Amino acid sequence: MLRDVATFLERLLGFDPATFDYSWVTAVVVIGAASLLAFVFIALFAGPVTWWERRIAGRIQCRIGPNRVGPQGVLQWLADGIKCFLKEDLVPAAADQGLFRFAPYLVFGGYMATFAVLPFGANLVAADLDVGLLYLLAITGLVVIGILMAGWASNSKWALFGGIRSAAQLVSYEIPSAFSLMSVVLAAGTMSMQGIIGQQGAWPWEWFVFKNPFLFAAFFLSLTASVAEGNRTPFDLPEGESELVAGYHVEYSGMRFLWFMFAEWGNLWVIATIATVCFLGGWQVPGVTPAEIAASTGLAFWGWQALSFAVFVAKASVLVAFVIQLRWTLPRLRVDQLMITCWKYLVPGALLNLAGVLVLLAVVPDQGVADWAIRGATLFLGLALASVFVWKARAGYLADRDLYRRMEGKELWYPPYRLP
Amino acid sequence: MPFDFAVVGIFLIAAFAIVGIALLLGRFVRPAKPDAVKSQTYECGEQPIGSGWFNFNPRFYQLALLFLVFDVEIALTWPVAVVARRWIAEGRGLLAVVEILLFLAILVVALAFLWGRGDLDWVRDLGVMPHEEDAPAADAAKTPEAE
Repeated sequence: MLRDVATFLERLLGFDPATFDYSWVTAVVVIGAASLLAFVFIALFAGPVTWWERRIAGRIQCRIGPNRVGPQGVLQWLADGIKCFLKEDLVPAAADQGLFRFAPYLVFGGYMATFAVLPFGANLVAADLDVGLLYLLAITGLVVIGILMAGWASNSKWALFGGIRSAAQLVSYEIPSAFSLMSVVLAAGTMSMQGIIGQQGAWPWEWFVFKNPFLFAAFFLSLTASVAEGNRTPFDLPEGESELVAGYHVEYSGMRFLWFMFAEWGNLWVIATIATVCFLGGWQVPGVTPAEIAASTGLAFWGWQALSFAVFVAKASVLVAFVIQLRWTLPRLRVDQLMITCWKYLVPGALLNLAGVLVLLAVVPDQGVADWAIRGATLFLGLALASVFVWKARAGYLADRDLYRRMEGKELWYPPYRLP
Repeated sequence: MPFDFAVVGIFLIAAFAIVGIALLLGRFVRPAKPDAVKSQTYECGEQPIGSGWFNFNPRFYQLALLFLVFDVEIALTWPVAVVARRWIAEGRGLLAVVEILLFLAILVVALAFLWGRGDLDWVRDLGVMPHEEDAPAADAAKTPEAE
């Protein structure tokens, strides 16, 4: 995709791509522009999603949430950003000055580098690496180093505890995460993000999550592990404010602090993207194959890109909303429970899943009767689980509403569809 | 392929540059009035006692070792996982299954061993410490209600 843009640019400027000696210049310009575009996307995702999360949190906790800056508070994130930009950048006298200043670079760099392989639509991907999924797992290691560096360099007891706890958590949960993604690689036979999407279809029964019960379990394992790797509640011990004040970024202020938050909220998108790509069929649009999209030209090509982008964002947004809801409904784990959850439940579970996927892959022929029977049964299981989830949420809301009416003698002050 | 890796490199450089530029631009608009109290290490408003760089729980080292073992295994299994589907399609399914399962079995044995040793528990019970065996009388006399 980017290479095509570079070639197009060279044509536009009147160079012959076959004889043009400085094609690396146009390549750098185009890739640089793409990286800026990715940054704009991160900013436009991570910012508003903080507002979105706080509004959801408000509703769950029977309060309003930020609604002052702009209509319904949608510009709250901008106000927060400007405020952080204008705040003094304090470096504690006792801290290791160099490492303290350098840590946010690593955290944000490790985070933003994942966007080089994350797909957004049929052809909307910066680099479709052959080792895409492995690269994703590897480059996030930079974030661990950054967090550990921040915790250590602060020379504060809270920060040190937060930093090493976070590092321990991130490396522990990388094991179940890698194993459950490996079962996807087994089923797909490739590590490239677009390749994995291409192995699935647009309809739910063609997704990997409903391919067999083991992959269905792997989806939840992988989602749990990524939530833990994103340091999100219920796994946010590294910054548990009730015990560690703020964890590894307790000494940070202003813009330097903002970069940690940027990576943390932007990470929601990475969590949702990995789950969508590996299990939920990615950007696949019903009724059209990836090859047909790639073969189309002109307006039709861009129409398909926009449509596939919309499909992808819709799937990812549902997951983001789910992860946010998790954060505000589940209590935080204790540090020993955290490690037991990982090593005694998730790791053996992921190993079992991997063996199950492998055996099924070897025994059940692809697209055969048995394959479709397993898919149908898993889809039914998934639909049943989803209905239970929706029904429970509805029952909870109705119970709350009745309770409110009984206690106050009037209707609940806001229905689910109206913003307060 | 070089193009794809150039993308990765430039994304990384761009991320570093964006952080640096934002911090540099902020330098012109933000106040900078450090004083002794502000640049003190935060310890809930008290005077910090000692340095933050102290010995921490050796559990973390153990965890890091555990991670290394599993991560190396993952790195070695990953390539086999990629080609397993092709092997099965070529009729060498049994080879792929046996190979990966054998590899996983080694991991499971390691996990079971560590589990049995109690290394997966956050608080590991080491039984009675050697120095506690020698001097039980004095402690028992002090706290009779413990019995």
